[in-house]
Amino acid sequence: MFLRIIRRSLTRGLKSKLLAIVAIAFGASLATAMFSVSLDIGDKINNELKSYGSNIVVEPESESLPVKVNGVDFNPITQNKDYIPEKHIPKIKMIFWRHNIVNLAPYLEANAQLSEDQRVAVVGTWFDRKIRIPTGEKFNFGVKHLKSWWEIQGDWIKNGDNKALALVGREVAEASNLKPGDELNLDFNINGQTVNKKVKVKGIIDSGGKEESKVYLPLNLLQEITGLKDKVAKVEVSALTTPVNDLARRAQENPDALSDEEFEKWYCTAYVSSITYQIEEVIPGVVAKEVRQIAQSEGVILNKIKLLMFLVTLAALISSGLGISSIMTTKVLERRQEIGLLKAIGSSNLGVIALFVTEISLLGVLGGVLGYGLGIGFASLIGQQVFGTAISVKLLVMPIILVLSIIVALLGSISPLRIALKLEPAEVLHG
Amino acid sequence: MGLITLENVSKIYGEDVKALDNISLDIKEGEWVSIMGPSGSGKSTMLNLIGCMDTPSKGVVKIDGIDISELDKKELTKVRREKIGLVFQQFHLVPYLTAVENVMVAQYYHSMAEEEEARKALERVGLGHRGNHLPKELSGGEQQRVCIARALINYPKLILADEPTGNLDKENENIVLDLFNELHDQGHTIMMVTHDPKVGQLAERQINLDHGKLKDTPQISKERGLVS
Repeated sequence: MFLRIIRRSLTRGLKSKLLAIVAIAFGASLATAMFSVSLDIGDKINNELKSYGSNIVVEPESESLPVKVNGVDFNPITQNKDYIPEKHIPKIKMIFWRHNIVNLAPYLEANAQLSEDQRVAVVGTWFDRKIRIPTGEKFNFGVKHLKSWWEIQGDWIKNGDNKALALVGREVAEASNLKPGDELNLDFNINGQTVNKKVKVKGIIDSGGKEESKVYLPLNLLQEITGLKDKVAKVEVSALTTPVNDLARRAQENPDALSDEEFEKWYCTAYVSSITYQIEEVIPGVVAKEVRQIAQSEGVILNKIKLLMFLVTLAALISSGLGISSIMTTKVLERRQEIGLLKAIGSSNLGVIALFVTEISLLGVLGGVLGYGLGIGFASLIGQQVFGTAISVKLLVMPIILVLSIIVALLGSISPLRIALKLEPAEVLHG
Repeated sequence: MGLITLENVSKIYGEDVKALDNISLDIKEGEWVSIMGPSGSGKSTMLNLIGCMDTPSKGVVKIDGIDISELDKKELTKVRREKIGLVFQQFHLVPYLTAVENVMVAQYYHSMAEEEEARKALERVGLGHRGNHLPKELSGGEQQRVCIARALINYPKLILADEPTGNLDKENENIVLDLFNELHDQGHTIMMVTHDPKVGQLAERQINLDHGKLKDTPQISKERGLVS
């Protein structure tokens, strides 16, 4: 009988019920959009910020020692420089937080003479290297993705291009009057012997930074020239990270000082420090360091944007609740005789409240479903307009929005329900 | 002891507005009593007290041996649900439920809704064919008969009617009063508030109220019979 009453009741006063659904849908749509963007925004903002460079640098342990004081080199092993084996680099994509490793690029540096009076730094790197990790997954890594702000006049050096090709910084190109397609003559001094290499200029780098004064070659080509086969001097890594908190700061100082429980929590959270720790675990003899400024600003920006979105969502939900309150108050006043009658023929207050709460919850669900649909549209619009990409639809948001819609509908109904509770049958049934 | 007993009952609003003033009376099981009096005489207040929709400021009200004077709202609702069938002047049906569903609602809050039994109750009041109609599709007399069916469905000890013919034309008034006569003949206890002397005379006893007091000694009506 209860469901029969609800079913019949829902078909009555469709206009006000529709209004209630729209009020709930309004809040639910904004909440959906904000939740979807919020869940996605971490990745989106991180990716935006990652476009400004890496946030982790991996170097051989010896290179991380402070070896220069007032310009005097005190590193006892400078003469016997350490390198990272290139074959170990894919292991970075196999750490616990491997899915957060967005990109990476290895570097090997050497000096070369362009002419008698022009010396230039030559860097060997991956431009767009396709690598396969033992799980079978394939990834494209290299400076093309890591330095997305570089503007190349000409073309990038493609995956598999291990020929004598080079990308030349703008300053170098201007000094030597080079353009794409020209030939570049490089003289390397390797163990006292001059090694000459002719390379073809594939593109000119316009980065606005120190890269403009360098020449970039495929890593394998420079390894061949320098005789440093399978060796790289450092690896820059771009990783999606969680904003630093107190636990992360303490772990950064000394992970061993954490309790087992704290360590597990830290290790299983994508802090920069836990990611660098895990990189050091998989590649022995290296030190992974955070590029501090970028990582910290990411956290600050992310938190501020999330707070803003939370406030907008809260404001929308409050206005939805107020709308519901107003509509439901009108409904309760319209139905006061019915409420009085139900009480007179034997319904308890709980019985009357159960009817209204069920009805409101159903309106909440309908408003939630409608709001979810609209919100996905809003989220997509925000994704396109703000981040230039679509916001992925996360199914997790659906139940959250439905529960939230019901809660908002019920909270908005507290005041009208109090009116219903106070109604006495004798007050509304006589006369 | 009667089905309903009022002992020195007063209902006072504010500091000194006496809606009922020291009323004592006794209504026996199977009796038909009409409560009469002008507006403001205390008829509705008495109906509220006997209908368990209010409690007295002073005195004792007993329904079927239960002293309701000290009961809380929840307990009053239980007594009302178990012992009393209510019929109102303005019908008061749930507008979005059909006639049979309106009867079933009373069953639902009492024990368990049974459609077949609800339809039989409608047949008793001559509305077996109108069970699936909404109140707006029924005439005033038909709506009041649905209310009587609803009041009867849980076999109450007392039928409490507040001006049941007040909103009806002559024809429907007769139909409804015939129904009350039948119910009384079947042994139901009826207490009816009315200001219509003709309707009041149908009762076995008239209770006249004036300014919250019993105007004269309760009496047995001389002529009682079917009005149609």
